[in-house]
Parts: sequence; structure tokens; C-alpha cells
Amino acid sequence: MKHEKAKKFGMVIDLDKCTGCGTCMVACMAENNVPFREDDTDKLISVAWMRVYRLTNGKPFPHTEECFLPRPCMQCEGHDGHSPCVSVCPATATDYDMSTGIVSQIYTRCFGCRYCMAACPYHVRQFNWWDPLWPEKMTESLNPDVSVRMRGVVEKCSFCIHRYQTATQKANLEGRRELEEDEYQTACTQACPAGAITFGDLNNPGHAVHQMVKPDPNHGGRPKNPKAFRLLERLGTNPKVYYLSSRKWVRRAGDNYIRQEGSQNHS
Amino acid sequence: MDSALIPKGVKRCPTWQFVLWIGAVSGVLLWGVVAMVLIYFKGLNQTNMNNAYGFALWIWADLAVIALGGGAFFTGFLRYLVGKDELKNIVNYAVLVGFCCYVSALMILGFDIGQPLRGWFIFWHANVHSMLTEVAFCLSAYLGVLTIEYIPLILENRQINKVPFFHHLAHNMHEIMAVFAATGAFLSFFHQGSLGGVPGVLFARPFGYRTGVFVWPWTFFLFTWSAAACGPCFTIFITKLTEKIVGKKLVKDNVIELLAKISGWMLTGYIIAKIIDTVYWATVTAPSKGFAFMDFYTNNPGSIYGIWILIAEIGICGVIPAAILITDRGRKSKTALWLAVLLAIIGVCLNRWVMVLQVLAVPVLSFESWFTYFPSWQEIATTILPVALGTIVVSLSYRYLPVFPQERELNPYEPAADDVLEPETQELAEAELKPAQA
Repeated sequence: MKHEKAKKFGMVIDLDKCTGCGTCMVACMAENNVPFREDDTDKLISVAWMRVYRLTNGKPFPHTEECFLPRPCMQCEGHDGHSPCVSVCPATATDYDMSTGIVSQIYTRCFGCRYCMAACPYHVRQFNWWDPLWPEKMTESLNPDVSVRMRGVVEKCSFCIHRYQTATQKANLEGRRELEEDEYQTACTQACPAGAITFGDLNNPGHAVHQMVKPDPNHGGRPKNPKAFRLLERLGTNPKVYYLSSRKWVRRAGDNYIRQEGSQNHS
Repeated sequence: MDSALIPKGVKRCPTWQFVLWIGAVSGVLLWGVVAMVLIYFKGLNQTNMNNAYGFALWIWADLAVIALGGGAFFTGFLRYLVGKDELKNIVNYAVLVGFCCYVSALMILGFDIGQPLRGWFIFWHANVHSMLTEVAFCLSAYLGVLTIEYIPLILENRQINKVPFFHHLAHNMHEIMAVFAATGAFLSFFHQGSLGGVPGVLFARPFGYRTGVFVWPWTFFLFTWSAAACGPCFTIFITKLTEKIVGKKLVKDNVIELLAKISGWMLTGYIIAKIIDTVYWATVTAPSKGFAFMDFYTNNPGSIYGIWILIAEIGICGVIPAAILITDRGRKSKTALWLAVLLAIIGVCLNRWVMVLQVLAVPVLSFESWFTYFPSWQEIATTILPVALGTIVVSLSYRYLPVFPQERELNPYEPAADDVLEPETQELAEAELKPAQA
């Protein structure tokens, strides 16, 4: 049997289209059984796999500009799968899947040391500080394809990996080895009313994500599209979430620059 | 009441006074136990940690006590492997203090995990690429070594030592102690180093990340070096503190001065290496990630992480104690020696704080700001809990075991009539302190 080419699932988020409505966050929480508390106002102790940041250009009125930036797990590849969080987990509770490019989390193996949280600069990894409790009737609406997590373990966005498993099983039953582009889509992608999120295989030139960012395989997938950028590109995390923006200040906000470096970057 | 248990020829405080002291410390211990129960039953929501501060007071305490407990492995290394014979008079206490430090570290690690019942996964599902795995293995193994080093001291208790088997066991264990000292030094090199590797390998955290050699970041070596330098300072500090509390001299000055001298030169070497590391990190590593040196020390609330912290760590608590300890005058002056060991202890604790807490406080995403944290009372109580436990272990050991071989010589004491041993046990009693002096 011919061995199919490894996939590298990634996401492109067009920040020019994002309105900051938060639908992606809601869809993600519902799809992935993300727990919440009655008072979830302290965002540092609440759990949200997808979080929307509000960025401003820091200029006074009338030159003030805003941008909303949705942030799922970056599914960092690092170098050869040496992503920041995977390499530090002492119990091998998180893994980089070379066949999909997705960073997994094994909830029943995680013992809650939180070293992965310290390693992740994007704060995508979140800890279950509390027991996950839903209002009585709401438990009936939990997604049976996604296990609920217990207190004391770390969780994070999985690119809705259960959808990939379901789609792959269906395709296999139909005698196919490959999925169509629209057969595996994340919940946030499908929910976004502005169509700002695109999802697919970055290794497949036929997929929209590949065409939008033109990842450079010689540089860890760095985008060739000048309007595209990745968060904290300079750290070498090689994320698989790309952002598009026509605004220079937004692209610059994606990374850190020392003063002497001027404004030549990402112009 | 307990005079039969007290080593021959030494004086101890009255039983009531000792019970009162242990009772007071036990009160603190109980406070910690209440917090511990809350944490084990209610979970880590009892702390003030959050998703930005996944590591906090406990991890700092772990790193700090292990650095301070470094006096055990380094004094053992000097005594048994390098052959600094004078240190036989302080090595027992260094081992005892080290034992308490490592018990504390493992105890705190037990609180610090979200699923304590799965703690063994770190051994069972070990990821050999993780610095924390190396920490867990070497730390546990080294605690085993420290226990083996501590056992002969327990066996030298006046009553236990009357049993011929225990007497000979203690003697024979002392005979082969060099093997354990070597094992301890080897294990300590790796776990002290891997604790340094914990922040050093975080390549996506520019404040902590360091380049290095092969798989080891420079912090790996700096942590080992600083523990070897400052651990003995803590041994000296605790010895001096014990002398103050019990009101008598326990170790001769030449022993303290020798340890202080070695510690001083180790500290000098370490501080030079630390300065080189800081300069390289500030001018090469951090800028390559898009950070200017001062980005790490400005614009944070209340200047908690201002540049003062670096000046305090390297200058005040590094250069000054090193300068004091390498001079004969500095070591001989009581005030200067106290100041030097205190500064060295604060310096190494500050270094561990910075390498854990500041790493997480610094914003990495350009649109985030500094994160702040203050521990909850439960975190503080559970951090003090092992200190109280250690105090009790040290107090019991001092009272009932011949910890300080020079104590009798330095404090001649005429025992009361009922304290004189029976003739048939005289022979064993004479041999009582010999292993400790061996």
C-alpha cells in the first residue's frame, strides 16, 4: 500500500475580516466541552482554547485603530517536532504528531506539573484549576466525541482532532485514503460568520491555506506572502497558525523588535 | 527525663524547655498541615497561581532549598574525595541540613502537581528529553543517598548503638561512605544542573532561554556551580545559627574558615561566569529574539522586576560575599563572615526567584503586559511547613545524636552522677563517637 504524504494541518486567520464577535470562542467551547464557571471574569484562571485579543495601534484619536486577533493553539512544529511544550513534558503527556502536525494532549496522563504552560509563550495551555461542572441539563448537550477533563490537568486546542478521526474513519469505510479539503474543518472555522478563518493542509498545494500564505518549507513554513505573518516568528517555534493583515502595525505587533531594527521588517 | 538518650559528655537544655520549643515549631507545622489538607482536597485553586504563572512560590522554594542543600554534596565531595580532613567536623551537619532540604523539595513537589496521585507517571512515562524528568530521577536517587549518609548518625544514638549489630553497621557504613559521597556528587551535578536547565531550555521564553553546549544550556552549569558555592554558605549559616541558639561553640573556627574559603573561591568563579553569561545573553541571545536587555527590567508594575534585581543578585549578593570570603581578614571577622554567608544565601535564592518567576512575568507577545502574582496563605503555609519539619528533625538530631564531633572538646562538661554509664556498656560508649570522627 502506498504511504500517503504526511499532512501539516494549519490555519489562516484574516485579521482584516475578523470583527471580534467571539463566535469562534463560543463554537470552540461547545464543540470541545470546555468547562466554565459561574463567574468567569478572571481570564487568567478561566479556560478558553480559542481567545480573541484586542490590539490597538496605541495612537490617540482620531488615528486610533483596533484589530481583533483570535488565538487558538499555534500547533508549533519547532524544529523537527521539537515544539516548546512537547519537549519539556516530563510524562510524555503531549506529543507532536508528524503525520498531521498536531500537538496532542493526553489528559489522563498529564499530572499537572504545568511545565508546558511555562514553556508556551502564547498562553494557549490552560490549567483546570477547578472541577469541571456544567448546569444540570447542559450535561446532555456535551459532545460525546470529546472527553471532559478533570481538575488538575492542562488542556488546550486540538484543532478539533476528533473531527479528523471521524472524517478519516468515514473515508476509510468508503475505501478512500485521502480526505477532501472540506471533510475536516475545525468548529471555529465553520462558525466564523465573517469567513475570517481558513483551515486545511499546508502541505497540499491544492488547499486554500497553502495558496493564501505560501509556506516556505526551507524556513520552517515561514510565509512567502508579504501580508501574512506568524506570532513570534523570531523565537523559532514555527507555528502553523498564520495571520493575514493589510495593516503594517498589526503585522509588526505579531513579533518583538528592538529599537535599532527600525521599521524595515514586515513592511 | 530523656538523659539516657543524650550523647555522653554533652549538655542539653532541660526536657521541658525542649518540649516547649518543639511544641512551638509544631504549631507552625500544624498551620502548614491545614493548608496542605486544603490543597490536597480542594486542589490548586487554593493558590494564587494562574495560567500565566503556572510556576510560582513552590517551584522557587524547590529550587532554593535544593541550592541551599548543596552544602551536603559539596562538603561530602571535599571531605571524602578531595580529602579535606578537617571537614569531618561539619560534614554530619551538612548531610543533616541537606537531608532536610531535599525532603522539603520532594514534599513541595508533591503539593505542586495538579494530580498528586499520578505523581509516579514522571517515572513510568518518563520523557527523557525533559529537564524535569532528570530532576525527578536524580533528586529521588540523591535523597536516597542522603538517607544512607544520615542513617549511621542515627545509629550512633547512645541507646541504639548499644545493640552490637547497629554499632557495627554504623561503623561499616562510615567505612564505605566515600562511595556514597561520590555517588551524591555525581547525582547532584545532574539534578542541580537540570534544575538550571528547566528555564534554560525554554527557547520560547527569551528571559530564561540560554544557549549552551550540546543539550545543556549554560544555566545547567551555572546552577550546579552556584549550589556548590552557596550551599556551604548555608551550612555555615545554619551551624552559626545553631551555636547562637544553643549558646555554645560546636565547630572550631579553622573548619568554618576552610569551608568559607573554598566557598568564597567557588563563588568568585561562579560570579565571573554569571557575568559573562549575562553579558552574552543581553547582547546576543535576547536581541536575536527581538528583545533589548532593558525590556526585561522596565515598564513592570511597581518596578518589582526593575534592574535593581540584577544589581542585587550579581553585585550585592555575589561580588561582595565573594570578596569577603576569599580574604583571610574577611573570614576571620565574625560580622563579615555572617554578612557574607547571608548575602550569598540571599543571592542564590534571588537567582532562583528570577529564573522562575521573572521568566513568566515578562510579556512575550507584544500586545500583552507584565503578569503579577502574590502567593495565597495556603502557598505560604505549605512552603513554611517543610521548614518547620526540618527544624524539628534538626532539633531532635542535635539533642540525641552526636552531630558535632568537636562539641565535647569545645564544651567540657562534668556529667551528673546518674548520667554516668554502667561499666558493662562503657566499652561500646567509648567507641560511640569514633565512627563520626573517622
